[in-house]
Amino acid sequence: MSFPLTLAIALPILIPLFSGALSVTGWRSRRVQRALAVIGTGLLLLASILLLHAVWQDGFVVMEMGSWPAPFGIVLVADLLAAIMVLLAAITGFATAIYSLSTISERHERFGYYPLLHLLLAGVNGAFLTGDIFNLYVWFEVMLVASFALLILGGERAQMEGAIKYVTLNLVSSAIFLSAIGLLYGLVGTLNMADIAAKLATVDDTGLVNVVAMLFFVAFGIKAAAFPFFFWLPASYHTPQVAVSALFAGLLTKVGVYALFRVFTLIFNISDSLTHAMLVWMAGLTMLTGVLGAAAQFEFRRILSFHIISQIGYMIMGLALAPLSPLALTGGIFYIVHHIIVKANLFLISGLVYCLRGSYELKHLGGLYRDKPWLGILFLVSAFSLAGMPPLSGFFAKFIVIRAGIEANAWWLVATALVVGLLTLYSMTKIWAEVFWKAAPTEDNATRPASGDLRALYATIAALALMTLCIGLGAQPVFELAQRSAEQLLDPSRYIEAVLGERL
Amino acid sequence: MNQQSLILRTTGRFLLPLLLLFSLFLLLRGHNEPGGGFIGGLVAAAAVSLHLFVMGTNAARRVLRLTPRDLIGWGLTTGVLSAVPSTLLGEAFFTALWFEITLPLLGELKLGTPLFFDLGVYMVVVGSVLTIVLNLAEES
Repeated sequence: MSFPLTLAIALPILIPLFSGALSVTGWRSRRVQRALAVIGTGLLLLASILLLHAVWQDGFVVMEMGSWPAPFGIVLVADLLAAIMVLLAAITGFATAIYSLSTISERHERFGYYPLLHLLLAGVNGAFLTGDIFNLYVWFEVMLVASFALLILGGERAQMEGAIKYVTLNLVSSAIFLSAIGLLYGLVGTLNMADIAAKLATVDDTGLVNVVAMLFFVAFGIKAAAFPFFFWLPASYHTPQVAVSALFAGLLTKVGVYALFRVFTLIFNISDSLTHAMLVWMAGLTMLTGVLGAAAQFEFRRILSFHIISQIGYMIMGLALAPLSPLALTGGIFYIVHHIIVKANLFLISGLVYCLRGSYELKHLGGLYRDKPWLGILFLVSAFSLAGMPPLSGFFAKFIVIRAGIEANAWWLVATALVVGLLTLYSMTKIWAEVFWKAAPTEDNATRPASGDLRALYATIAALALMTLCIGLGAQPVFELAQRSAEQLLDPSRYIEAVLGERL
Repeated sequence: MNQQSLILRTTGRFLLPLLLLFSLFLLLRGHNEPGGGFIGGLVAAAAVSLHLFVMGTNAARRVLRLTPRDLIGWGLTTGVLSAVPSTLLGEAFFTALWFEITLPLLGELKLGTPLFFDLGVYMVVVGSVLTIVLNLAEES
């Protein structure tokens, strides 16, 4: 294999690890850490573009770590889906790093904010790129450790409460994940995902295979915050620093979704009636409970947190309908692309509103459109995109998923998706009306905190809003990308061949 | 911690260099035999902790020279860097590279990137254990 390719796939993991390690050595100097955060995530962005380009050219990029051959050593595998996810992680990471420069206080920086940020990105990218199921578990844990520390950074009471729920449920998920890996290893005697996929077809004991599939289903369902495992998410996402919330909202649950996509296309067969039915129900109920939960909330970040859950439902709908309609998986992937950018941006906006007004509570906010009309516009772009208004990215994402639903004759799921879209619009207009439109409550004008230099925040938010607009207006290239990655997922033999080659 | 027994103080002074040497021995033999960066690091951390009990926290910090946190950082950096040289030679990430040097008097010495990885682990373990121990000792 040529030299740039092995490097291209290693860099998205190597860069954050290295910048994180250097960041620990520069603990005493704020300037070094801040510079490393921007340079590290910036380089990561370049590396992920390079990787996506390489994968677009070659189809698959595979690297055997330490040159140990495939079924025995650990492999890194980048197909289009993995490369897209890495790119999205890099975009979110870069945006968060820039945003953090002016929102994270010196006290939080001293607790090790930046090294943890790098570690989290390394964990997320590792999970996307690994081709080994046990290694996937390890990256999940890396991610969990970093996210736990980021969640409690600052050590406020509400954070501790959120963190306990977050950690407990995520540990349960990890335990289930690990038992599933153990059972799977007992069945096929290998941990390499391509090898598992090839050997599982020959296993006769369908009962046990179903058990393992359901264990993975629950483990990743918890990580993805899907119904009925979502409780940890609204309990914790509104508590940390807003840059952390944005990063979590954009990335963490999507790692769970990615793992579901990977495992249920490569290893297990979703056209199997049990798994298919479970996924369909999970998709519908996740959409519905998320949006209903959001309707009952009156705190900016809590509303957004519940909407993460409801949006996860659309992605799982894409996966669930994959055997019935070729368009479904494309829609699911398009949805992930759209969602990560928009959702992270909405959290960033809520943080900027907090900088301006000093509150996340809708009843304490108001009148922002009069003061900051451009912020209002930026919010509207992201909010309407989330709700699925044309010509923004959310419209095409929903359109493809729902079109796939119609092709698959899944009328109940289609109806749910449409109703949930409408309710999302209701939630977004609620935020718009309360935060931007209604007159500001008078007693709070006095308590407005002094605002520092917010230009970097505006720039980040504007860039992400522009991105959702561009994905909407130029949907065709993104659609083609999603379509090609869906094709790769639907034909697991190509993945297996890319990893194992002639050793099959 | 002034009322230490004479025995503890005397043996402590002897044991520190011995234990540190032993930890290096464990680190180096780790590639093919039991040992390695993790165990070596733990032994070294135990040695410094013993010194801490005997001579107090300031003396322990002086033995380390670097702060434990810097040790973690440099250890991580060393570990990550040890995976890189192979990619520059066109091999996969983390591939072990070995080279032999003939030293006068001692004979052949086999060095390789896994040794640097182990060294990184050693530093991280020493750093993290002592961060905890020093924090606890200084709090009480």
